[in-house]
Amino acid sequence: MKELVVLSGKGGTGKTSLVACLAALADRKVLADCDVDAADLHLVLAPHVLHREEFRGGKQASILPEKCTACGECWAFCRFDAIRFDGPANNVLEKTYRVDPMGCEGCGVCACVCSCQAIELAPVVSGEWYVSETRHGPMVHARLHPAGENSGKLVTLVRTRARAIAEERGLDLVIADGAPGIGCPVIASVAGASLILGVAEATLSGKHDLERLAGLAAHFGIPVLVCINKADLNGEVAAAIDEWCRARGIPVVGSIPYDGRFTEAQVQGKSLVELGDGATARAVREVWRRTKVALEGCR
Amino acid sequence: MRIAIASGKGGTGKTIVATNLAATLAENDSPVTYLDCDVEAPNGHIFLKPEITHRETVTIPVPEVNEVKCTRCGCCGDFCQYNAIVCLGNAVLTFPDLCHGCGGCSLLVCPEGAIREIPRAIGEIEQGKSGLTDFVQGRLRIGQASATPLIRAVKRHLPRTGIAILDAPPGNSCPMVETIREADLVLLITEPTPFGLHDLRLAVETVRLAGLAHAVVVNRAGRGEADVRRYCDRAGIPILLEIPEDRRIAETYSRGELAIRTIPAYADWMRALFERMRHEALV
Repeated sequence: MKELVVLSGKGGTGKTSLVACLAALADRKVLADCDVDAADLHLVLAPHVLHREEFRGGKQASILPEKCTACGECWAFCRFDAIRFDGPANNVLEKTYRVDPMGCEGCGVCACVCSCQAIELAPVVSGEWYVSETRHGPMVHARLHPAGENSGKLVTLVRTRARAIAEERGLDLVIADGAPGIGCPVIASVAGASLILGVAEATLSGKHDLERLAGLAAHFGIPVLVCINKADLNGEVAAAIDEWCRARGIPVVGSIPYDGRFTEAQVQGKSLVELGDGATARAVREVWRRTKVALEGCR
Repeated sequence: MRIAIASGKGGTGKTIVATNLAATLAENDSPVTYLDCDVEAPNGHIFLKPEITHRETVTIPVPEVNEVKCTRCGCCGDFCQYNAIVCLGNAVLTFPDLCHGCGGCSLLVCPEGAIREIPRAIGEIEQGKSGLTDFVQGRLRIGQASATPLIRAVKRHLPRTGIAILDAPPGNSCPMVETIREADLVLLITEPTPFGLHDLRLAVETVRLAGLAHAVVVNRAGRGEADVRRYCDRAGIPILLEIPEDRRIAETYSRGELAIRTIPAYADWMRALFERMRHEALV
């Protein structure tokens, strides 16, 4: 079984629109939405949820105001600026310390240093994940709660489930829609994957961030292919991306024009290739054809 | 005054608004600092072309175990919430990539004092000047998972006075939240597409959870903004500006140029945006 991850570094380059097309074009696959904190693939694939489960990613500290003596040890030891001196009053004090859940990383240091056992560390539900059926086959997706921690762990969970489903049903491929950036959720989505398909936008920002993505792929030893999206927005930059890739032995598997019908497809809840045939749809089919060939040669 | 520019979805136009707003305000004699907190994919420098005058490496403290003093009691591994240090039989293994640098294992729980902290570089901060705008950016080292400590380090360069514009990473999880946490106003940039509106809703939930003032800018308006307007109206969120879809703006962006240099109306829009923020008493 192979695992293809679609990434870009920069956001908004067209990852999800492309994955929606691959969903329509590829056979015998499981889809995995690994952009768990702004998941959009379900808007096109309209999944029918078969199974849902809570995600407990980590812990969070909280201070019991009635026990707090305002000694400030927790504040002094916290390295995440997560302790505030603006908690509610108790019988003795006008104000107590409070944990800012936006800053807390659940390390447990505050609970450990608190001499009056006023701090509790408890697991938090920070999201939900789903196994669904779509018109293009099974899909695993998730929703990290707003301001949720541990997106990497949730991504790992989504991938693990997607691979398990592929194995159970004897399917050959997992296609994952990744998050922007090159940090925690992206690293979680590439570790051990067969191949990365980088979607580069023909802008200087798109090129800059593709280079960072290629660096990440090299760091983890994952082969990468590139497709240039919105290629006609700036022919010079598109050519520069092409040249940069060739100089590093990164295959460029196609160019897709800047086409308003991607938005039109989104509005209709379809992928572009489901809207009908045209130059852009043909370009997308070519990207898939060449990606498929490359996948055959991957581990 | 701290204005964070954020969005749930990537590529909606955070950086284009943040850099053009910074340059416009600076040219109108306001002291402005632009801080690129999208440390995984920092692009502000492409448009502001700053002259970098200062560089620093940012580190987080990670554990180093003294094998001689260590008795393999396992207290460190039991304490660590991130599996960044584990005691397996006769060995203690550390995984610096997973370490959040909380200091628990070394400062608190090791009964033998066998763990000390050593710095591990996670990224760089660059500071400089772009015309009249002060410029700060973080750049995460490739392979480093956690961006938040670097974002915290970027924010240590927040000015005491004047206007700070924080360019946030996309999404709604820790890096975005770390960027916006102490902002006076979060400007949410959206595009009028189903993906844009869906992710705007998530971003609104996040800023509301953080209890922060927020407003919306619709970028690439031209179709679909009726849905965004309806949503914002119901949610009671002011739309401060709608920037029309215009291929010239996209082309200017693709070349790494500020839109205010090629499309004169863009500077007017940025000034109007700032006026609206003032008018709504948001800053």
